[in-house]
Amino acid sequence: MMDAPTQSADADFRAEVAGWMRAHLVGRFAALKHRGGPGDEEAFPALRKDWERELAAGGWTCVGWPREHGGRALPIAQQVIFHEEYARAGGPGRMGHIGEGLIGPALIRYGSAEQQRRFLPAIVAGREFWAQGYSEPNAGSDLANVQTRCTLGADGRWRVTGQKIWTSLAHESDWIFVLARSEPGSKGNKGLSFLLLPLRQPGISIRPIRQLGGGAEFNEVFFDEAIAEPEHLVGAPGDGWKVAMGLLEAERGVSTLGQQMHFSHELERVVRAARRRGCDGNAQIRQRIAQAWIGLRVMRYNALRMLAGDATTLGREALIYKYYWSNWHRDLGKLAMDVLGPEADVISDDADVRALQQLFFFSRADTIYAGTNEIQLNLIAERGLGMPREARGDVSTSSKSS
Amino acid sequence: MDLALTDDQRMVREAAQSFLADASDSASVRAAMATALGYDEAVWQQIAGELGWCAIAIPEAYGGLGLGPVGLVVLMEQMGHQLLCAPFFSTVCLAANWLAEAGSAAARQRFLPEIAAGRLRATMPVNETANDWIDQRASLRAFRDGAGWRLEGVCARVPDAGDAQWLLLPARIDDEAESSGTGGNGALPRSAVFAVPRDAAGLVVAPLNTWDATRRWFRVELRAVKLEALARVDDEQRSDVGFVGFVRSAALARLYLAAEQLGAAQACLDLSVAYTATRKQFGRTIASFQAVKHRCAEMMVRIEALRSAVYGAAAFASANVSARAADGAANEVDAEGSAHAAPETLALECAMARALADDAAFYCAQEAIQLHGGVGFTWEYDPQLYFKRAQAAHHWFGNGDALRSRIADGIADGIADGLLA
Repeated sequence: MMDAPTQSADADFRAEVAGWMRAHLVGRFAALKHRGGPGDEEAFPALRKDWERELAAGGWTCVGWPREHGGRALPIAQQVIFHEEYARAGGPGRMGHIGEGLIGPALIRYGSAEQQRRFLPAIVAGREFWAQGYSEPNAGSDLANVQTRCTLGADGRWRVTGQKIWTSLAHESDWIFVLARSEPGSKGNKGLSFLLLPLRQPGISIRPIRQLGGGAEFNEVFFDEAIAEPEHLVGAPGDGWKVAMGLLEAERGVSTLGQQMHFSHELERVVRAARRRGCDGNAQIRQRIAQAWIGLRVMRYNALRMLAGDATTLGREALIYKYYWSNWHRDLGKLAMDVLGPEADVISDDADVRALQQLFFFSRADTIYAGTNEIQLNLIAERGLGMPREARGDVSTSSKSS
Repeated sequence: MDLALTDDQRMVREAAQSFLADASDSASVRAAMATALGYDEAVWQQIAGELGWCAIAIPEAYGGLGLGPVGLVVLMEQMGHQLLCAPFFSTVCLAANWLAEAGSAAARQRFLPEIAAGRLRATMPVNETANDWIDQRASLRAFRDGAGWRLEGVCARVPDAGDAQWLLLPARIDDEAESSGTGGNGALPRSAVFAVPRDAAGLVVAPLNTWDATRRWFRVELRAVKLEALARVDDEQRSDVGFVGFVRSAALARLYLAAEQLGAAQACLDLSVAYTATRKQFGRTIASFQAVKHRCAEMMVRIEALRSAVYGAAAFASANVSARAADGAANEVDAEGSAHAAPETLALECAMARALADDAAFYCAQEAIQLHGGVGFTWEYDPQLYFKRAQAAHHWFGNGDALRSRIADGIADGIADGLLA
């Protein structure tokens, strides 16, 4: 257990975050409460970018980053508190989360001093927004099967050709980081390089993907001799996989408690809908609401286990987390629709109903992106239980199919 | 809230692992099952005596170690993993737990130091509802009899009653003056809990022949059992439904059962992973088939979710206990609600853990049978022992459905809100 002075400092910090949110998530920003985030990324993009700058002015971006890179170097416990209070206040989905959570930390770890000077301040200030270029049409679960290639020109610049897919917010972003094959003929995770490219250039075109729920927050990004400057290669040529995996490493629960606060708001919305529709006395619905509440408790304690764990090893609780939350969330979406009943079948303008409909449709993606259910179960069996690894197609088979 | 174990708790876990690996391996469990007593007396003497396990969660003021709910949860998980046959759950998780939380000051002084020292085995009927010990179905009646009491009725199922020295039995007070009054929530008759010595005249204890032979169950009949006044062990002013001590002790009993079931579920997974790694079909171990891997992974997901729930609820309960101690209230029965976080909050946390445990223990046991294939259906292999225990425990303190229903009540009443966000 934490000692008393720490607890009181944490309580003060919690009050500080909550107070700042109360004072700033008002006026024109009030419309952003509980908006944005997965499934609602298309909401108010310009205003949400302004909100990033509001956060930055208050010193609330990149709170876990080291001070020399513009962060606050908050201890883990206070980072958790920040994410919790941000979500409790209904803080909008962060437009800057790919910069702050993915490429920023990757540049801090693998980037050159020049790259850090060039990119990190703009992320901290909310001036530049990032998109991620990993997945490809034939590199989904098999992420290493990258076909996009890059070649080093006589002028020292890299030219990138190929296609990325499922790139969220590409149309709202300034830069993209890309994993591309720099060694012709290489296979799998060998011979890849990690490049940074400005999205607005002649060699890049962006096409939105319409999702099953009607929205289009993901894109296909096409590269046709798109240019990356020589100084925008991260690490050495061929180091791409190492950088990419370092960037995907578990966050160890720091932002998951904020995610859970958001889930908790969603469950409250479902409970309110059940009351309003008079099905909160229905035994089956009550069982499912209770089960959802139980799942929330599990996720909270699971995240606290992650935070309590030895930071150098991925614990069993961390291995199950993605599978657990995504399936919980998908079940919540179905419960929401069943609570609404036939009303759910009508596309609604009511903000509460619409949010539940979006939850129902978008949560179908939860068990697919960032490692499908099937990949998660493989990882759990192999890393958690030491069971045999999946057989891979041999080279002759894969070269025939490519 | 920090879920990392302390050094003391880690030591308890390691000691339990190493002792039980020998003292309660499969052969020992099967040998104990075949005895009339149902457990190995020498093992019990070690557990209660030199290992001091009965003392783990008992407050230091009563000769215990004061390691709180987390300490006992650590121990129960290991006991469940090894299917330990012993009167431990009844003595420690039922009787001592109830006495510490809800017993009168005199009763605590009288019994807790004896239990902590390993000299006394006691038991209580297992509550089979999602309520807190006493409900309308309480089947014993207590009549005032001079200065004392007379007890009548039947407890259909009491664990380890065969050789417990004391039985703590909840009864409804059948008394004109009192039954016209109402219980704490204004709806139920007044109840009390009585300590009945095993050799009391009129106490008839008959063994039940149960499918799960790793625990012993008895039908207990009281035929005009006469007791003196001090046999009443609850606080007379606070014995009603809704009393903090009843709520808390029922919650903790659920938590300890959940911890035991966590261990049992983990053992089912361990057995399955080990077996599928050696069994070969089609020229490869069946552990290499994705259908098998995914089933094992699904077990691990449920087990780790349960582990988070159990250790989270235990930390919650322990923080609650230390708050009482800090207030200097540990030695006194608190006024209702004072010094505690709302007891219903603890009740929901523990109901949550136990509802998950009920599902996970059965799920993992049936998966273990399936993944063992033909031998999983045999008496010789161990999955059947876990399967029977999981089903037997399904009803204790309310099954998953009943507990979810109670949680739904808590959500409807807004009690769960504080835990939502």
